[in-house]
Amino acid sequence: MNMHNVSWVRQDMVSPSARPDRQNGRLEWTRKNLFNGWVSTFLTLASVAAILWLAVAVAPWLGNSVWQATSLAECRQLLDGAPGACWAVIRDRWPQLLFGFYPPHLYWRPVLAFALLFAAFAPVLFRSPPARALWFSAVYPGIAYWLIWGGSLWFPTAVYLGFAVAVGLISLSARISHGFAISVAILGAVLWWLYAVEPLTSTANALLPITLDVVASRDIGGFLLSIVIGVTGIAMSLPLGILLALGRRSSLPLIHLLSVVFIEFIRGVPLITLLFTASLLLNYFLPPGTNFDLILRVVIMVTLFASAYMAEVIRGGLAALPRGQYEAAEALGLDYWKAQRLVILPQALKISIPGIVNSFIGLFKDTTLVMFIGLLDPIALAAAIRANTNWQGIYWELFIFIGAVFFVFCFGMSRYSMYLERRLKTDHR
Amino acid sequence: MTNTMTLQALAQDDRLDPAKAAVEITAVNKWYGEFHVLRDINLTVRRGERIVICGPSGSGKSTMIRCINRLEQHQSGTIVVDGIELSNDLKKIDDVRREVGMVFQHFNLFPHLTILQNCMLAPIWVRKMPESEAKELAMHFLEKVRIPDQAHKFPGQLSGGQQQRVAIARSLCMKPRLMLFDEPTSALDPEMIKEVLDTMIELAEEGMTMLCVTHEMGFAQAVADRVIFMDQGQIIEQNEPKAFFSAPQSERTRTFLGQILGH
Ligand SMILES: Nc1ncnc2c1ncn2[C@@H]1O[C@H](COP(=O)(O)OP(=O)(O)OP(=O)(O)O)[C@@H](O)[C@H]1O
Ligand SMILES: [Mg+2]
Repeated sequence: MNMHNVSWVRQDMVSPSARPDRQNGRLEWTRKNLFNGWVSTFLTLASVAAILWLAVAVAPWLGNSVWQATSLAECRQLLDGAPGACWAVIRDRWPQLLFGFYPPHLYWRPVLAFALLFAAFAPVLFRSPPARALWFSAVYPGIAYWLIWGGSLWFPTAVYLGFAVAVGLISLSARISHGFAISVAILGAVLWWLYAVEPLTSTANALLPITLDVVASRDIGGFLLSIVIGVTGIAMSLPLGILLALGRRSSLPLIHLLSVVFIEFIRGVPLITLLFTASLLLNYFLPPGTNFDLILRVVIMVTLFASAYMAEVIRGGLAALPRGQYEAAEALGLDYWKAQRLVILPQALKISIPGIVNSFIGLFKDTTLVMFIGLLDPIALAAAIRANTNWQGIYWELFIFIGAVFFVFCFGMSRYSMYLERRLKTDHR
Repeated sequence: MTNTMTLQALAQDDRLDPAKAAVEITAVNKWYGEFHVLRDINLTVRRGERIVICGPSGSGKSTMIRCINRLEQHQSGTIVVDGIELSNDLKKIDDVRREVGMVFQHFNLFPHLTILQNCMLAPIWVRKMPESEAKELAMHFLEKVRIPDQAHKFPGQLSGGQQQRVAIARSLCMKPRLMLFDEPTSALDPEMIKEVLDTMIELAEEGMTMLCVTHEMGFAQAVADRVIFMDQGQIIEQNEPKAFFSAPQSERTRTFLGQILGH
């Protein structure tokens, strides 16, 4: 063709052809990604060497695993001086690692609660959850509490009635003013919980006893404890974090100030300090004789701690939305809460999914810190197992097992968040 | 100029009277910090009137029409929309926003909702319309802007022109009495500008009250009842389009028109 003329018209069309072989072969990929220059070649070789060395070091230990033994001494005898893992400790003690000192004949109760947990989380999996599923999610905390701690079914029922009282008070006093209705409702619910729950439970129980054997909080341990603290913390820190994030962006000075102070204070203090506060200091402040369960106190502290981080993550998502989204929602006549719920939060939360799940994973792993205030989380139980003469001196196997279980949970959350991000990706950018 | 007090007093009976004002802006001033952005604005828009607002960048056109649905707050003067005076009363603001539709330069569709959901959102949640009715309404207006077949796509999958037409349909679903347009075509490629303008012309022909910030002078000549020229936060000149373009009175207007029509 002649490119020197200004005017030019293509005469024959070029039909598509295959890409040259040399550029998409496996060899080409290897050369480009692994041996592209001497630095990359060196790094590739060094990495391969490191992996090989690790495999050679660990393989015999794993290969000689002992599964059947009742003590470390027996393991050593069976191994006869060869290196080998003594997984028998897991086989011997796994119920304890899972449940702590929960009475063995009642194991079905936490297991049932755990199974129902998936049903309670089902609405999250659906695009538009059926109303009945939402009802189950709402009553699940009560059921789970009753199954794990036992006692009278009337106790969680009476606690739930406190919410009904609040709703009733709101609808009664809503005509006067919005803020007044909310204050009355909160006050009413708190009074109900303080003064009505106890007598109501005992009266109802006298009339119609529906009880399970009581299990004390100090007997609950292992992964059961981690999951109780982790799941409650996760489920409560998200809504609290959302409120704090909205509060921090609020134009009302008092709400803004309270949110900022709360977030900055909680973020500035180590979790372990808050846990010690929960276990020791609260005893001074609470009226003597009140029986405020230690696990409940820890759950509250963990939730507050996680919600401060959550708030900052969500605030990032809120800040990432263009102002036009707020304006369009306002211009359509949506009020503040509707605009937040229908337009702003769905987008902001979607942007924040990686950060939110990051906080969830952090929270779940932080539950191991409760060992320092005397609760029996899996790590504390590992120490308890080692204290037994049979298993004195065993470390790796217990920690590898605990680490593996935590990994399964955290990796599961991570994969689920990636799936969620893909499913919610509608912006087609 | 009509007296504001009587207008308010008669608001209930007045609502359908075409002779009465849809918007009445009286002696409005607004500041951003120390910057005096709107200076003594007086403007009355009658029902069914189509007004085009033009002026150089930064002259306060957007600010003025955003004051009408209280996206911006003015510091002095009164703005009465459809008989409701704008104040800090949230309920009144909601009442006004219900009656006033707005179309933005950057469309501002909700990217996490489908086109249909975008249109159904406000009727369902603000007008408390049953879902089936809202859907019917949304489809009606999507047909009107000629994109019913895209109803189940997401905004990100549509061209700019299509998105802007959806934004118009979304506003119309609230059955507004007044539509505000803030440079609806200036983020669009030339071939898409026409499809949006056509939709707007159709709307104007149906008698919708419109306030439109635009530099599309062809549109102004075709549909406007009045053209308003703003500069430095003030209304400098207003006239019917023919006179405005053929015989601008003020020097500033002449310079401005020379700049945008000159080349
Ligand atoms: N939020 C704000 N804070 C401070 N100044 C602002 C703000 N919004 C706008 N301004 C200023 O107010 C003036 C008027 O802005 P406005 O957006 O109303 O102009 P405009 O006439 O719509 O211009 P354009 O044609 O560029 O859209 C500009 O000088 C702008 O810099
Ligand atoms: Mg503007």
